[in-house]
This record gives sequence, C-alpha cells and structure tokens, in this order.
Amino acid sequence: MKIRVIRAFPCSAALVAAGLVLTACGASGDSGSGQSGPASFEGRGPITYVTGKDTTGTLQPVLDRWNKLHPKEKVTLIQLPTDADAQRQQMIQNAETKSDAYTVLSLDVVWTSEFAAHQWIDKLPERQFPLHKMLKPVVETAKYRGGLYAVPASSDGGMLYYRADLLKKAGVAGPPKTWAELKEDCAKVRKLPEGKGMSCYAGQFQKYEGLTVNFAEAVNSAGGEVTDADGRPDVDTPAARKGLDFLAGSFKDGTIPKEAITYQEEDSRQAFQSGKLLFLRNWPYVYSLAQKSKVAGKFAVAPLPGLNGPGASSLGGHNLALSSFARNKATALDFMKFFTSEQTAKSFLQGASLAPPYARLYDDPALVKQYPYLPVLKQSVLRAVPRPRVVQYGDATSAIQREAYAALNGGKSSAQALTDLQKDLKKVMGQ
Amino acid sequence: MADTRTPTGTAPRPSGGAAGRRTGRPLAPVGRRAEAARATAGSGRMAALLVSPTLLVLAIVVLYPTIMALTESLYGPKGLDPRTGFIRSTEPFVGLKNYADIFGEAGGRFWNAFWNTTFFTGVTVALETVIGMAMALIMHRALKGRALVRAAILVPWAVPTAISGLLWRWIFNSNGIANGLLGRQILWTTEGFHAKVAVIVAEVWKTAPFIGLLVLAGLQVIGKEVYEAARLDGAGPLRQFWHITLPLVKPALLVAVLFRCMDALRMFDLPYLLIGAQKNSVETLSMLAQDEASNVRFGPASAYAVLLFLYVFLIALAFVRLLGTDLVGDGGAGGRRGGRRGIVLSRRAEVTA
Repeated sequence: MKIRVIRAFPCSAALVAAGLVLTACGASGDSGSGQSGPASFEGRGPITYVTGKDTTGTLQPVLDRWNKLHPKEKVTLIQLPTDADAQRQQMIQNAETKSDAYTVLSLDVVWTSEFAAHQWIDKLPERQFPLHKMLKPVVETAKYRGGLYAVPASSDGGMLYYRADLLKKAGVAGPPKTWAELKEDCAKVRKLPEGKGMSCYAGQFQKYEGLTVNFAEAVNSAGGEVTDADGRPDVDTPAARKGLDFLAGSFKDGTIPKEAITYQEEDSRQAFQSGKLLFLRNWPYVYSLAQKSKVAGKFAVAPLPGLNGPGASSLGGHNLALSSFARNKATALDFMKFFTSEQTAKSFLQGASLAPPYARLYDDPALVKQYPYLPVLKQSVLRAVPRPRVVQYGDATSAIQREAYAALNGGKSSAQALTDLQKDLKKVMGQ
Repeated sequence: MADTRTPTGTAPRPSGGAAGRRTGRPLAPVGRRAEAARATAGSGRMAALLVSPTLLVLAIVVLYPTIMALTESLYGPKGLDPRTGFIRSTEPFVGLKNYADIFGEAGGRFWNAFWNTTFFTGVTVALETVIGMAMALIMHRALKGRALVRAAILVPWAVPTAISGLLWRWIFNSNGIANGLLGRQILWTTEGFHAKVAVIVAEVWKTAPFIGLLVLAGLQVIGKEVYEAARLDGAGPLRQFWHITLPLVKPALLVAVLFRCMDALRMFDLPYLLIGAQKNSVETLSMLAQDEASNVRFGPASAYAVLLFLYVFLIALAFVRLLGTDLVGDGGAGGRRGGRRGIVLSRRAEVTA
C-alpha cells in the first residue's frame, strides 16, 4: 500500500530560457502518495539551514550557539540570494530534484501554502511549539488547511510614518486614524510655509509584490477582504471598492504623488527621508535608517489609518519549514524549536531589528527603549490580515498587481478592476 | 576528415525546411558512424573517432535539452487534488493543449510579447548597426589614443547585462539623470511607449560596441591600396565608404547582425530588471517562459520556449538563406563558413543562454 515506486522518469530536463535553467523533474509514484498520518521525525546528524543572504551578521552567532551545544548535529548555513524570487526558485529546484541538501528552509510567509500543497515541506507537530505565546495572525501564516507546516521565526507589519514636527506646527493633535483625517491633516500642513510643495502620502505602488501588500492593506482597511474565511476570493465588494478607490482617488487628486507609481520600499523611504513626503506607509526597517537622515527626530510612527478607523496591515516575515526530502529530521525539529524560541527571537530583534512573533517581547521596556516603534508595530501586527493564502500564490499576486496597477494609473475604474480581479482569482484558485 | 564531414553534413540540406533539418540532425551522427564502419580505409574510422567527442558534446548540450523541452511541452501542470489539498505527483499528458492555450486563451499576451520581441529586435539591431558601424570607423581611424578610444567604446559591452539594467534603472528613475537632462518628469518604468524607449536606449548602449568590434575586425583586413586607388580615381570619402568599405566589410557586418538578432530575440534580463516583470509594454517571449516556469508550470513554460526556439531558428535560417548567397559571392568560403557557424551558434545560444 505504501510502496513508492520512484522511477527515474525521463520527464523533464534542462530547458533553458534566457538565463534560467529550469529543471523540472517528477517522480511517478502511487497516485496521491500523501502523508495522511503525521510525518515521523527520525535521524540525528548534521543539517543545513537555508535562507536569504544575511546582511546583518546576526545569524551566524545564533547558529554557533547551537553548534556549540550540539557538536554532533551541526547546522551549516546555506545563503541564497537576497532576492526573494531567486530564493524561492532555488528552494523549488531543490524540492523538484528531491535533494536532501536543504533541511530547514526559511520561507517567506506567503509561500507556505504553495510549499505545503506540493508536499515540499513536512507537516509539523503543532503541540511541540509555543504557538500560543505568538501573535495569532503570525501563526496563521504558517498554516495550510488547518495544519501547521511552518513555525514563525520573524514577523513584519506596515506602519504609518509621519512628520510629527509638521503636524504639530499645523495644530494637528495626533496622527490620523482615518483616510479622511489623513487628507485633512495634509491640507493643513500644506498651508504652512514648510509644507509647501510637499506630497502627502505614499506607499509602494510599483508593479511588484509591494503593490499586492498595499492593495490588500487598502482593501482590508476599508473593511473588505481579498479572500474570505474559507479562502475563496471575495474582492468584488463595495468595501473593497472603497479601499481601492482611496488609492486610485489619491493618485488622481494628488494626495499620492504621480511618481509614487514607480516606488518600491527604498524609493518611498528616500522620498520620505528627503522631506518630500508627509506620510509614508512602510516596514519597521525604515525607522533606524530615517533616524540617521535629515528627518531624524522629526518623525514618528502610528498604526495604518483606515476608512472608518484604524486600518489593517499585511504581514511580512519568515517562517521555518522542514524540507520533506531532508535527512536527520529529529535534529531539524530540535533546531527549529531552538531557532524559533523566544530567546532567539529576542537576539534577532536586538541585532537585526527583526520583528519577533512573540507577543511579550513587544512590551519589554528595555526593547521598547531600543525600538520605540514596538508598541505601534504590535498593534499593527495584531490587527494585520495575512495576504491571500493561495497555492498558486504567484498567479494570484500577478493578477492582483495587474488589476490594481490598472486602477491606479487610471486605465480602469476601480469597480471594473475588482470585477476582473475576482474573475481572475477564481480562475487561479480553480473555482 | 573533411571528406566524411561534407557529404553527411550537406546531404539533408536540399530537403529544405525546418522540419527536414531538424529530423536530419539527430540521424547525422548515426549515419556518420555507419559510414565510417563501412569505410575500408582506416582514415574514415579515425575521422569518426576524432569527431565523436564533439558530436557527443553537441548531443548533450544541444540535442538532449531540445528534445527534453519538446517532450516537456506536451505535459500540463500538476493539478491540485481538492480532496487532500495536495498537488498531484504526476504531470498529466496534455498533447498539444499547451500550444493551443498559447494561441487561444493566452493569445493576447503571447502576441503582445511576440510583437514586443520583434519590435525590440528590429529597432535595436538597426540602431546598433548604424552606431556600431560609426564606432568601428572611429576606432579604425583614431590614431592618437587609439587604445584608449577602443577601450572606452568597448566598456559597455564588458558590463554584464544585469548590472547595466540596474545602472539604467537609476538613470531612468523618476528623479534620475534622464529626467534631469530632459527637464521634465517622465515615469520611465511605468507602462507605455517610454518604457520601450528606455529598454531600447539601454540595449543599444550596451551592444552597439559588439557590432563595432566585429566590424572593426572586418575593416582591418581591407587593404590600403584599394583606398589609394579610389582616391586616385577621385572618389570622395562618402563614395569610398559606399563602394569600398561597405561591400568589403559586409560579410563581417552580416555575421555581427545575425548574432545580434539571435541575442535580441531572446532578450530577457534588461526589460526584466529595468522595467520590471509583467509589464505589457516590454514583456518578451523569454519573460513569458520564465513567468510560467517560476509558477512551477514547466509544461507551458517549455511550450513558450519551444515557440521562441522555432522563431529564432526560422529567423536564423532566413538570414542564411537570403543573405548567405551574398556571403558566398563576396566572401567566398570564409563567408559561408561564417553563415553556417551562425546557425550552430544560434542554436547553442538558444539553449544555453
């Protein structure tokens, strides 16, 4: 019954198009050869940890700590390119060739469904991880069809950066909680001599993953949703339209500068730091960089605004998953527990300012002193809505980018874009 | 060695057509081996032995991937089993459905990419030819600081495309130098004709030196006495260029243009990095294949790659058929060899690039 016939099926080989070696290999087994029961985690010995390039230098010390404690079960670091798509590509190649080179994978939160559905990663024993201590939306990103396939290692949430100095000067009491307030505040600041020629608001609107994030945030912040509780697309709604209308309308009335259609994270950060923007939606990493720029001491952060009250952020971050084709899975499981522990999360927060999945760390006075944005980030993450969890995430996000982009540059009305998007998403999800 | 090569190499040619050649190729090594076995003279066997490593390498790096891509293109993506929530472990055989989808359902996207590819190839190669020619003439003439001029002209060619894509992205940034020079704000990386212009500028900047280099090599073999004779006959510089330089440099120029066409047809990295993925204005055929492959749909990706392969192959063939005769007439055997090498190289470029 459980016989797996693995033939070296001459299915696919190197097909090369424009600088990419695409390898596709499938082994034919008995149909569906699914892991119906929980996977067993056996074997101890050396393993690998696969992640994007570590630019902060905090990763190796953590691994060294593990290696010192477990000299016979050493973890080797495999660094992939910084680019997320390239990381995903290499991990998929490793899985398609059923290689045991990669053991523990650091997955972007949006890849969980795809990797789980392809059975490239193992289902994990939920009870062995302190998930109840983690923020709930973060844990959700690690699940597929109710099962735990990954463990949150770090999180990330969007925040509203604003020029506190200018708001104060314009007589505005605090950061805006709604989009209407944001526009009002902006009008007031623009009347100041310092506010002349300033743009009001920007996020990331270039046609890439950042646009999906910003679109989903706008829709969720207006009370809409991209996918409903059962994971079905539900984007052709009045609420979603109000969300997209905010972005499209802001482009039209100049609240968002025209050039923001080309912004990625860094472009928008540069614009904010050079004093061109009053409000900026961005990730926490901007905080320490802006502290060293010319707006240092002049800005503060707040939760994202929404239509009728505080908005909802998307979630970033990484989860640890266990490659199905790896060896020494018992070691791997222990390592994952170690790596996703509160203590490790704390050292990553301190060393690399990675947002932890653990609720408690956000309230730690010493950490808050180091990172004043933590309370705001906690609210942001708690209210966050993960991006759609779709097996064919790549197709879903392209569809979102295509339609949102068309709506933002005026090629389509918001209503039309959302109707088309609903159709596209249904097709992607096979419904 | 040459004896055994020529008959088998040329035999399938008269049958003509792409199909004839393609089926002719796989058989070629077998035929050659059989022929060698039959040969009584040891020289035939020796020749086969000497050629076989090359053929083996060619079979591995050209034939095998091509056949595999063709086979793969007949399989569809693995489906999701709604009951278990897992992707099925086998790829279904779908026959020509991938191709039918490309021309049917995804037709708009395919033809858009097809026209983009063709447009980019036509415009960039034309511009590169003119500019490259001018560069070659300058490199050829420049007496003082000759080495410096040549090095300066060749620098763009030495920069990897990915890097030049990033460089040009800075230049075409909304607050970049390009907008600074033009004095108005054009959002180059948004959809529209300006995105095409950005790609063309960056591509021409990068590859015109390549044509310049090859043409320079062609210029250097033209004897001085030809020009002297022309000058004595009272031909002006323009006349000399049209009637001496251009015809004599034509074989080298044609090879350069052919190479550039092959290269431009599979353009990927520059639009991808400079403008971004999934921008209709600059999406090329290679980008479509990459997009499918990155979404773990290797069947449709292969189908796109096969179509691109056929397109490149036909262009190469047309090139050699239409201009090859000229090459033979002017340049003799050398020109012809250049043309045939062009085919082989184009196939290799198609597969390895």
